[in-house]
Amino acid sequence: MELMLLLFIFVLAGFLGFELIAKVPSQLHTPLMSGSNAISGITIVGALLAAGADDGSTLTTVLGTTAVALATINVIGGYLVTDRMLAMFKKKGATKKEEGSQ
Amino acid sequence: MNTETLINFAYIVASILFILGLKMLGRQTTARRGNMISSLGMLIAVVVTLFAREIVSFQWIAVGIGIGAVIGLACARLIKMTSIPEMVALLNGFGGLASLLVGWAEYGKILAAGSTSSVFTGTVIVLAVLIGGVTFTGSLYAFGKLSGKLSGKPVMFSGQQFVNGALVLGLIAAGVIYVINGGGGDMGGQAFYACLAIAFILGITLVMPIGGGDMPVVISMLNSLSGLAACAAGFVITNNVLIVAGCLVGTSGVILTIIMCKAMNRSLANVLFSGFGSDATAASSGDSEGQITGELKPITGEDSFAVLEAARNVVVVPGYGMAVSQAQHVVRELAEMLENNGAEVRFAIHPVAGRMPGHMNVLLAEANVPYEQLVEMDSINPQMPMMDVAIVIGANDVVNPAAARDKSSPIYGMPIINAHEANTVICLKRGKGAGFSGIENQLFLLPNTRMLYGDAKASLQSVVSEFKAMADG
Repeated sequence: MELMLLLFIFVLAGFLGFELIAKVPSQLHTPLMSGSNAISGITIVGALLAAGADDGSTLTTVLGTTAVALATINVIGGYLVTDRMLAMFKKKGATKKEEGSQ
Repeated sequence: MNTETLINFAYIVASILFILGLKMLGRQTTARRGNMISSLGMLIAVVVTLFAREIVSFQWIAVGIGIGAVIGLACARLIKMTSIPEMVALLNGFGGLASLLVGWAEYGKILAAGSTSSVFTGTVIVLAVLIGGVTFTGSLYAFGKLSGKLSGKPVMFSGQQFVNGALVLGLIAAGVIYVINGGGGDMGGQAFYACLAIAFILGITLVMPIGGGDMPVVISMLNSLSGLAACAAGFVITNNVLIVAGCLVGTSGVILTIIMCKAMNRSLANVLFSGFGSDATAASSGDSEGQITGELKPITGEDSFAVLEAARNVVVVPGYGMAVSQAQHVVRELAEMLENNGAEVRFAIHPVAGRMPGHMNVLLAEANVPYEQLVEMDSINPQMPMMDVAIVIGANDVVNPAAARDKSSPIYGMPIINAHEANTVICLKRGKGAGFSGIENQLFLLPNTRMLYGDAKASLQSVVSEFKAMADG
């Protein structure tokens, strides 16, 4: 039964994703991609559970710790670089003023 | 309420924040806030997970997060905007590998407990390893191509399809053996490592035959796969927030992949398997109707200035060459000079210009070009005959008229920016060779086209200094 519940959520999330992204203007495709890339770092939750589970298996701890490090790079790098990009998108008129503060 | 309920409740909140964040990322005015909201969701998900009953020791978590945070921060700070495609490819790869390791760790847990996995758990572990592994090595290979460490040319060898087919069959066989044995015994263990190895090889053989010009499609696809890998990891540890977030990323990647394929008028299968561009020279040497013949007519920076000085409507068509020579700042300077001179300047962006979707927009934004000045292909093309000058900066296939006229051209049917319809076309190009995709550009041979050879940045600077001299004198 749990399997069905997970599949159910999977399918609904898929349709939601299509609805959310379908109308994004092409200007924003790169930030969208790196921003959604950061979201895929959610696997960090699984990595934490593996690294923190003290089940006596060195293998699990090593794998979990490596996974935590990689997922953290994905999350932090992804969000920050997206923010850096989006900070540069400016309207006309706003460009001159803020140029000095960069 | 017990802790587990509270954690799951927080996961729902995190999922909502991801959805809102993605929605806001789709609009220029809200995009930055959307990204912050989605990162807040991530923070919540991470923090509440630390309270989970399963987590008993924190030392290794601290080590992992510490290392990851330092590297992630350094990457995000130091990366140049021209290198964003490589960076995204690399981060994709890390995410994919992390999901693979989550699946592997679950297998390790089952082994350590001395039990075997159910058919369901076994299947999703194989899926997490497969998708994560393909994402990891595929992304690394794409990173190599994008950063110029590996050749951008498609790599084909005889029997490639056969090898790929054999790999897929081997993977299915190993996966089935693993699932049937529940990962237990020698058979189960060997089957698991076979899956792991095949997934890694498959990632490379899948990306190998794809040409550099098709990289926007590859990056979108790998982005989608990294989401699906997280999704599979979510099934492994039966965690809803992984499934929701992973699935959202998976579908958004699929949509971008479809958009990119449409922009090149090709099917995904054609992009993935045709080794596009490797036979381009053979195709264009045979003569056929619609082909343009002529010669390359060079122009100097001084003469370019004379043409531009008289122009009233100018359109700039940037491509990857602009990124390579870091010319975006001097392009903006030139645009400002042209506007001060009374001309109207627009930037025409092709959906697949550059090495990832929207790459040019980011670079021009970095150089402070306001986004209202950037126009999409479909809105600029009808106005193209009214343009006095089109400046093509390091763009190639996306302005090649062969796509519209020459049925024998490998890019026939791909929508292009009709730069050739402008009164005069000035093409900035490093040298006389064919571009990244290896296809001859017939635009360069047209009677109204002039070639401004040299590094794009240096060429533009010479034109800008002419404008400055005029303003001073």
